[in-house]
Amino acid sequence: MTHYILEIAQALLALLLAPLLVGFVRWVKARLQNRRGAPPWLPYFELAKLFGKEVVMSNNASWLFRFAPTIVFASALAVTFLVPLIAAPLPFDNVGDLLVVVYLLLLGTFFLALAGLDPGTAFGGMGASREMTVAAIAEPTIALAIFGLALGAGSTNLGRIVTATLANPGVAISPGHLLAFAALFIVTLAETGRLPVDNPSTHLELTMIHEAMILEYSGRYLALIEWAAWLKLTIFFSLLANLFVPWGLATVLTPATLAIAVVTLIIKLAVLGLVVAVVETRVAKLRLFRVPELLGLSFVLALLAVTSSFLLR
Amino acid sequence: MQTLFLAMVSAYVLGAFVALPEGGGRGTLGRGLVALGAVVGAGAGSALGASVILSGAPFTLSVPELLPIAGGLALRLDSLGAFFLVLIGLGAIPAAIYGAGYSAAYEDGRASLRLLGVMLNLFLLTMSLVTLADNVLTFLLMWEGMSLTSYFLVITESGEEGTMRAGLWYAAMTHAGLALLLAAFVLLTAYPRGGPGAFADLRAGAASLSGTTRSVIFLLAFLGFGSKAGIVPLHVWLPRAHPAAPSHVSALMSGVMIKMGVYGILRVALDLLGGGPPWWGALVLGLGAASALLGILYALMANDLKRLLAYSSVENIGIVFIGVGAGLLFGARGLPTAAALAFVAALYHALNHTAFKGLLFMGAGSVLHATHTRDMNLMGGLIKRMPWTALFFLIGAVAIAGLPPLNGFVGEWLLFQSLLPGVSIPQPVVAALVTMAVGMLALTSGLAAAGFVKAYGITFLAIPRSEEAAQAHEASLSMRAGMGLLVIVCIALGLAPAAVVPLLGRVVAGLGGLPAVAPLFAVNLSLQMPHGFAEISPTLAALGLLIVPGLVPVGMFVLGANRRLRVGDTWGCGRVGQTPRMEYTATSFAEPLRRVFAELYRPTKELTVDFHPDSKYFVQAIEYRTDIRSWFEEFLYEPLLNATQWVSRRIRRLQSGSLHGYVAYLFIVLVLMLGALLWPGK
Repeated sequence: MTHYILEIAQALLALLLAPLLVGFVRWVKARLQNRRGAPPWLPYFELAKLFGKEVVMSNNASWLFRFAPTIVFASALAVTFLVPLIAAPLPFDNVGDLLVVVYLLLLGTFFLALAGLDPGTAFGGMGASREMTVAAIAEPTIALAIFGLALGAGSTNLGRIVTATLANPGVAISPGHLLAFAALFIVTLAETGRLPVDNPSTHLELTMIHEAMILEYSGRYLALIEWAAWLKLTIFFSLLANLFVPWGLATVLTPATLAIAVVTLIIKLAVLGLVVAVVETRVAKLRLFRVPELLGLSFVLALLAVTSSFLLR
Repeated sequence: MQTLFLAMVSAYVLGAFVALPEGGGRGTLGRGLVALGAVVGAGAGSALGASVILSGAPFTLSVPELLPIAGGLALRLDSLGAFFLVLIGLGAIPAAIYGAGYSAAYEDGRASLRLLGVMLNLFLLTMSLVTLADNVLTFLLMWEGMSLTSYFLVITESGEEGTMRAGLWYAAMTHAGLALLLAAFVLLTAYPRGGPGAFADLRAGAASLSGTTRSVIFLLAFLGFGSKAGIVPLHVWLPRAHPAAPSHVSALMSGVMIKMGVYGILRVALDLLGGGPPWWGALVLGLGAASALLGILYALMANDLKRLLAYSSVENIGIVFIGVGAGLLFGARGLPTAAALAFVAALYHALNHTAFKGLLFMGAGSVLHATHTRDMNLMGGLIKRMPWTALFFLIGAVAIAGLPPLNGFVGEWLLFQSLLPGVSIPQPVVAALVTMAVGMLALTSGLAAAGFVKAYGITFLAIPRSEEAAQAHEASLSMRAGMGLLVIVCIALGLAPAAVVPLLGRVVAGLGGLPAVAPLFAVNLSLQMPHGFAEISPTLAALGLLIVPGLVPVGMFVLGANRRLRVGDTWGCGRVGQTPRMEYTATSFAEPLRRVFAELYRPTKELTVDFHPDSKYFVQAIEYRTDIRSWFEEFLYEPLLNATQWVSRRIRRLQSGSLHGYVAYLFIVLVLMLGALLWPGK
């Protein structure tokens, strides 16, 4: 029974932390740009506002447009049951491995892209086409990074990767792990629609990717999609934090270890949020057709990660 | 088992017979009877295959009197053949049911229903017998029967433009393949010399062949079977012939027939030759990965819905060959368990592909039926006019894109997991090859997701782009039933792989000395790789995917979300109305990828701008035309075709039209043959 409570608590924690994380990144960015910035908890109010508004739906859209937000949100939420946020190995560790996590998130992207095409606007099509292009090109990097991690740990199951690193701390600074981390960091920026791949705060048609796709959404549907996107950022950050630096995760379930785990998770997310805010302040958005070069770089890093873990074994 | 076999053969033969008389296969009854023959035949075939797999006892039947030369008709169904017989049934039953409704469109005399009915049943019969063949003669006869009958099926709509040309490509490629297979089998039967070519003798004799001979046999067989399977660069017939055929035939050809190429290569390389040096596997793996990637890249650029699906078949057969290649490679490097797993993954993907590609081709057929076009740029908005077809196609699209919780994901997961142990082979070349295969497999699956967003989004969503699309009608009941059956298969294979995978373990056990991996899989809700390498539970994950979306509306209710919904115009930056011309098209959807992979596509661009005669600031018309070049055809096939034509022109001189000349040829040949027979030492 405690297992199920732990899983549900972890999913709720992710749901609660996701808006704060995004608000924090926005706040740090504003500070770095000499602006006062909105308070980090503003996204909670955004959600409340969106949930309170009525939905305006395009007359061209079909049932798929109404169904997609649920799938997008549910696929992200389902992943929070598999990713070790505060404890490892999780009770549901055997239900899905890292590949399940990646493909569940791709399922959400798939439906979001379809929903972008549904209202029949040029913007939606543009966003869907670009989003799928970026997602497709990011895919091999993810697979190879997983491959590199699995080689070291002997498994693709998240819990076993974490316990393998905990048992053998030297692995965390091995070249394979460091390179895989760098590769996955670039992919995280691409998959979660951050600079330099996509600008989360733009509404300029030439540069939009994610925003173009969801332009027709409003009200509770928009709230679900936004929340899912923030959740996705939290998930990717937690993967980066807990697969590569697993210390702090509760391996035995006592109130003390769980409290430590929650605190370390928040610290790790804050550090990664800080890094992303600095990156987003320092770099300009890449032209869309330069993005494959960046992802090509991450692919090479992942390839090197696999090669080095093969050579150093 | 004998009863099932006889039921299978007689049902197919009867199904062909009822269509044979003048006016046969017409009307609801005629089409129904043709379909009934195929359904009963395929059902009996599947039952026969399933009983062989479950009991583990092969089914044998030999009729030496039937073809007295070269050993007669010898049939034996072992578990490998049985798997493919089940696969045929899996694809054929829905296709036949669907075809009964689909071919109603031919009642207007556009195509011969008589020919279609006869050939469909004969095609299924010969294809089923390929899996049963136990000597060289039976195998090649049935193989050629399958090719010929499918040729006639491809040219069903012979009145349509391009159909005959597609048929010609198919006939040429398949016969080039047959020539290679003939050569391979001639070499294989060379020892024991003069034997009747029974597979058991070949299996025993293969060990005493020299390494070079074995490799030559393997190469010939790989290319021969590869041309049927459609691996790059022998795939050129596939995107031509599959769109031209009636849609249920496309479903059968893409879903089932190309798998016979996989069967052939497994039978020859693994069973008869018993495996070979590592480079065999590396070659199959490499060409498989190339086929997967190039197949999906060309599929992305296709605007013809059925052509897109045909290219995607090249991709999927490539994925199957990645598994087969990895299996051969691991077997040769002394990792039999890993090899067996790779073969299991390949077979699982083959089974999956039969289900979802059959479904998608049938969905495309329903769309073609309703809109009379295959061009996606003339479709759109069909989800409202054809809700069932749209739902079924969506399930097929999610499955083929390899997304959970459907079967495509399980297949790719198994393949990824079976590739992982490859890196532990202490040989950098192998490790690098396997790593590249993983990368290409991942890129392929990402691109497949993009491709099927395009296929589904442009075809079924948004505003109709033509009058025909706006007036589309839902498919008939039998067509929906055919698609519905495959939807069930896709879902079942996605939810319960743990029930299927151990059976596939039995199929490959014992072939070429592979161990039985069946007991290594834990038979419970989860799918566990041997040695605890990884474990997932598709069943529980799918259950989660059912529960969690259900929680979302509940959660929104608890949060007190506003439940009102207003339908309004699409936001249009202040413009007045929205027309289909403002939508993204199939071409524009693929534009970013066309740019990213421009090196491969070599796109051609033509831009003509008509200015107003008085001022160049007033543009009257813009014409933009873009196409991609297929450099396979330019660099590989065009020189080949030119050379063939050159040789043919030279040879034509022999055909002088003079009777004296022909008599002289006869005489010369006779003398040469006598000379050869009387040559001393023979």
